[in-house]
Amino acid sequence: MTNFPVEKIRADFPILAELIRNKPLVYLDNAASCQKPQAVIDSIVHLYSHDYANVHRGVHTLSVRSTDKFEGARSKVKDFINAASDKEIIFVRGATEAINLIAQTYGKTNIKAGEEILITAMEHHSNIVPWQMLCEQTGAVLKVAPINRQGELIYDEFEKLISDKTKLVSVVHMSNALGTINPVERIIAAAHAKNIPVLLDGAQAIPHMAVDVQALDCDFYVFSGHKLYAPSGIGVLYGKQAFLEAMPPYQGGGDMIRKVTFEETEYNTLPYKFEAGTPNIADTVGLGAAIDYLNAIGMDNIAAYEAELLDYATEKAKQIKGLRIIGEAAHKGAILSFTLDRIHPHDIGTMLDSLGIAIRAGHHCAMPVMDFFEVPATARASFAMYNTKEEIDVLMKGIESLIEVFG
Amino acid sequence: MFDDLRDLYQEVIFDHNRNPRNFRVMDNADRKVEGFNPLCGDRLTLYLKMDGDKITDASFQGSGCAISTASVSLMTEIVKGKTEQEAEDLFTKFHEMTTGKDENFNLEAVGKLAVLAGVREYPARVKCATLAWHTLDAALKNEQKSISTE
Repeated sequence: MTNFPVEKIRADFPILAELIRNKPLVYLDNAASCQKPQAVIDSIVHLYSHDYANVHRGVHTLSVRSTDKFEGARSKVKDFINAASDKEIIFVRGATEAINLIAQTYGKTNIKAGEEILITAMEHHSNIVPWQMLCEQTGAVLKVAPINRQGELIYDEFEKLISDKTKLVSVVHMSNALGTINPVERIIAAAHAKNIPVLLDGAQAIPHMAVDVQALDCDFYVFSGHKLYAPSGIGVLYGKQAFLEAMPPYQGGGDMIRKVTFEETEYNTLPYKFEAGTPNIADTVGLGAAIDYLNAIGMDNIAAYEAELLDYATEKAKQIKGLRIIGEAAHKGAILSFTLDRIHPHDIGTMLDSLGIAIRAGHHCAMPVMDFFEVPATARASFAMYNTKEEIDVLMKGIESLIEVFG
Repeated sequence: MFDDLRDLYQEVIFDHNRNPRNFRVMDNADRKVEGFNPLCGDRLTLYLKMDGDKITDASFQGSGCAISTASVSLMTEIVKGKTEQEAEDLFTKFHEMTTGKDENFNLEAVGKLAVLAGVREYPARVKCATLAWHTLDAALKNEQKSISTE
């Protein structure tokens, strides 16, 4: 292993010291949600203990402090993904809300009956259903680019589906069910060649790699804080300023207006136009703290360490007879989805839980992916920067034992 | 290694999972209902042969976890020869046992279905055990539509 300070990092996550069913916790459900470092927990306690009041327009000291912290978090997010301006960072509840926002604002105004939205066959339900809802409302058509048996996008087929009717490409950066990292640079270049904007669902990618939205040149990028070691209930919609300026607001209310009379309302400037009502102040501050924490470690270091973990886990898993890995893309993040001959994933999940190992068993909100691989569900071990090779050994030993018990 | 799980995964359950009883399509079935647990993707098709209000044969097809497979396998064995009312009473008792609301539940009341009592300690797995019985309930009420645990 590299000199990655995993033990030091583990010590920063209090929950990793929990005993589950009297055994040390082995937490491998990070693709569903990550655990939180003490720095994030402390940031919320500190805000509520010393600096809390409602944000924006307050003239008293606490409101100024709270606003500074809240807007400070926005700047941290901007730097973290290298957006051009704070105005391009809209706070939402999570990636799901961000996609719904784009569908109901950008989508509703720009995608007409018969026009198309192009996604892939490996999308999470959150990048399928909002588009189906839009199609229902407007008569637009959802097109789906196929994947191959390794769980990779069939790029040529994808490119063939780009047509004069395509008005938006919305693609997952990294698949939560398969681990596949999509060739987003190629996708964006191909779409832009026909003036089609691209939305990247970064919910799964964001904790695993450095993301530079300007280098990618994507038009929208969305992610959730809770998969990035930050609290649940806070997420980010990045959009290029020109798009955001042209889009109508999503929800109406306080904060998103500049001037209201009963005759008409003038909307606020970016990013506030899309942030109606009192925002999730504390969790936003928590997101800022998570970004500080990750910056101190370095996203490239995290990516390199996790690649080692995935290689190790994949190699070990391949030695287990009857284990089938679902998702073997050449370019893949730290997710190991698998099935075992004649043992249902839910039995795997319950048995591993009795050993203190948390994995996920189910369809991972990607039922079309399960249908494609003709499995009802998979078991999924997903890794984070605080996992170790020793934990992977515990997992593999557990899998071998349960195969033996099932006989 | 899995000592904590002995109450949930008894040997009888492994046996029924490995060799499910009455696992076949019934061509001349009088009742046929599909059960589905969307949470985990378990699917089963239950077939019943009736003589008046008596269940003369029961069989199933489908795929699911060990708990759900053992549950439906055991169920098809136990309901054969029972009247609709007797089967419904058993469903009620089975439901009481698996949801665990009655601490003094008499396990003898459900015969060999008692091997599934362990699920009451695992709320996430109760539906695996009850899917078969909800499907039977629908079949007895002669509902032709698919039933779902959700």
